[in-house]
Amino acid sequence: MTHDAPRLLPCGDTAFTIEFGKRIDAHLSARVLALDAVLAASALPGLLETVPTYRSLTVHLDPLRADPAELGRAVLALAGEPLAAVPSTRLWRIPVVYGGEFGIDLEAVAAHHGLAPGTLIERHSAPEYRVAMIGFLPGYAYLEGLDPGLALSRWPSPRPLTPAGTISIGGAQALVASIAAPSGWHLLGRTPEKTFVPERDPVFLLRPGDRVRFVPTPAARWDALAAAAEAGELVAELCEG
Amino acid sequence: MNAHLHLARLTGAASLQDGGRRGYLRFGLSASGPMDPLAFAAANRLVGNAPDAAALELGLAGASLRAEGGAARLALAGATSGLRLDGEPAAAHRSFILREGSELRIERPREGVFAYLAVSGGFAARSVMGSRALHQRAALGGLDGRPLREGDRLPLAASTTGEAEHGLDPIPLEPAAPIRVVLGPQDDHFPQAGLATFLGQTFTVSNRADRMGYQLDGPEIAHGPGGFNIISDATVAGSVQVPGSGRPIVLLADRQTTGGYPKIATVISADLRRIAQRRPGETVRFAAVDLATATRLAREEAARIAALSSRLKPVEGEAERLMAANLAGAAVDALRAED
Repeated sequence: MTHDAPRLLPCGDTAFTIEFGKRIDAHLSARVLALDAVLAASALPGLLETVPTYRSLTVHLDPLRADPAELGRAVLALAGEPLAAVPSTRLWRIPVVYGGEFGIDLEAVAAHHGLAPGTLIERHSAPEYRVAMIGFLPGYAYLEGLDPGLALSRWPSPRPLTPAGTISIGGAQALVASIAAPSGWHLLGRTPEKTFVPERDPVFLLRPGDRVRFVPTPAARWDALAAAAEAGELVAELCEG
Repeated sequence: MNAHLHLARLTGAASLQDGGRRGYLRFGLSASGPMDPLAFAAANRLVGNAPDAAALELGLAGASLRAEGGAARLALAGATSGLRLDGEPAAAHRSFILREGSELRIERPREGVFAYLAVSGGFAARSVMGSRALHQRAALGGLDGRPLREGDRLPLAASTTGEAEHGLDPIPLEPAAPIRVVLGPQDDHFPQAGLATFLGQTFTVSNRADRMGYQLDGPEIAHGPGGFNIISDATVAGSVQVPGSGRPIVLLADRQTTGGYPKIATVISADLRRIAQRRPGETVRFAAVDLATATRLAREEAARIAALSSRLKPVEGEAERLMAANLAGAAVDALRAED
């Protein structure tokens, strides 16, 4: 497959972005994560933090220890080399209660696509997703891998508050929400798992690059799972290797 | 009970901030930390602290604080207008002792926005994920994960009043200076007319201004044919994003870490404090500089912060004033030891 040449975009004197393209797709995301892994192993002087997104990697640097222009050129050169895809060794199986009070838009989204609600649940829980980006709010995990037939523009205006654990779709993206916040996305379900707990190690359950599967779960199990999560247990299952 | 400061009165915004919470950008958490890093470091240096110790950040705020359970050595720096110690006028940008039971009254600033109150030894708030800085949206850090409010008691890490009193020259707020930017990352989304508006016209800080970002009023910046949506990518402190309204938003310490609006430019790190100190209603003009200039200015700003300690000046005539006021002996002894 042919690649667009990566571009170096300045973000002031403390960061730059390497842009691989302007689409949401698995190939771009894989290249972003591969460059991220190369930089993590490189120990380039002055490099502080990296932020993978669907189609770009932003590099934060200390301008006292590195010249931003020079570091940018060095990372751009790495980005232009063939990047070995990084195998994703972590797979999360995340329980989701779909529909009803847990996913108030499930029926409307199903009707929009001419699907039975059960079919929508099947098609949303069928793929193996990959965490392409964590951002906007702490722990908000944006997934790559949504069935293109389920894509749907966001609501024109956001709902004032949606609960922590909301599983939603917006455009071609799928989202696991970590904390309560306003949202204009379509709410399909909710997980009792807590993906952001400041007092826990790890604070954030999901990492960029992790694989994710949603496991449809009966509403009758919500209370028990939510209580277990509240008590500090993991209710999602981590499969490594 | 350990020594603490009782926040008896507060109008405006107040939070605990330290150097910030680093390393979590890839998980969606911005660093927080002071909106004016130079003033914050100055307040800390005036009381003998490390430059990034936890201090109280006041945003367009007036406050009264009382020392309880012990005395404290304090200093206020940044946007300050008036201080009173038990009703007597006192000076900002110098350290002083607040005796147990005494009251410090801080007036709301008439110029600028952010002032920093540092205490010798720092505040004893719990460190969360490596920092005491409040990130309000994530309910992390600060005092119980929230902004300060009237009636709060701020525990002090140590009750140290022994060092000599020092002063620093106030830091100019420069309300008319242009805010320097490096164009990009998405300046190529904008037509020449949009760039000309951004760099040639005058904007005003709106009332929608907080630690997350400042929304500016003024002329509309024209978008290009690509419109005002991009596939979300990462933001930095200083990102100038232009939403569909055409009115720019400068993202700051508590910003969202990714965003879907094109970013026409990035405020250089050395000027973040300058734009942070602009009040709603005050003007902002942007001027483009190249990356080499921005880098040089970042290094100069770091050197300015590093040099604060060596610029501390003993406060002249202080021993006499202190003895006349019959203040704590330790402070007077410390001053004598300097002679």
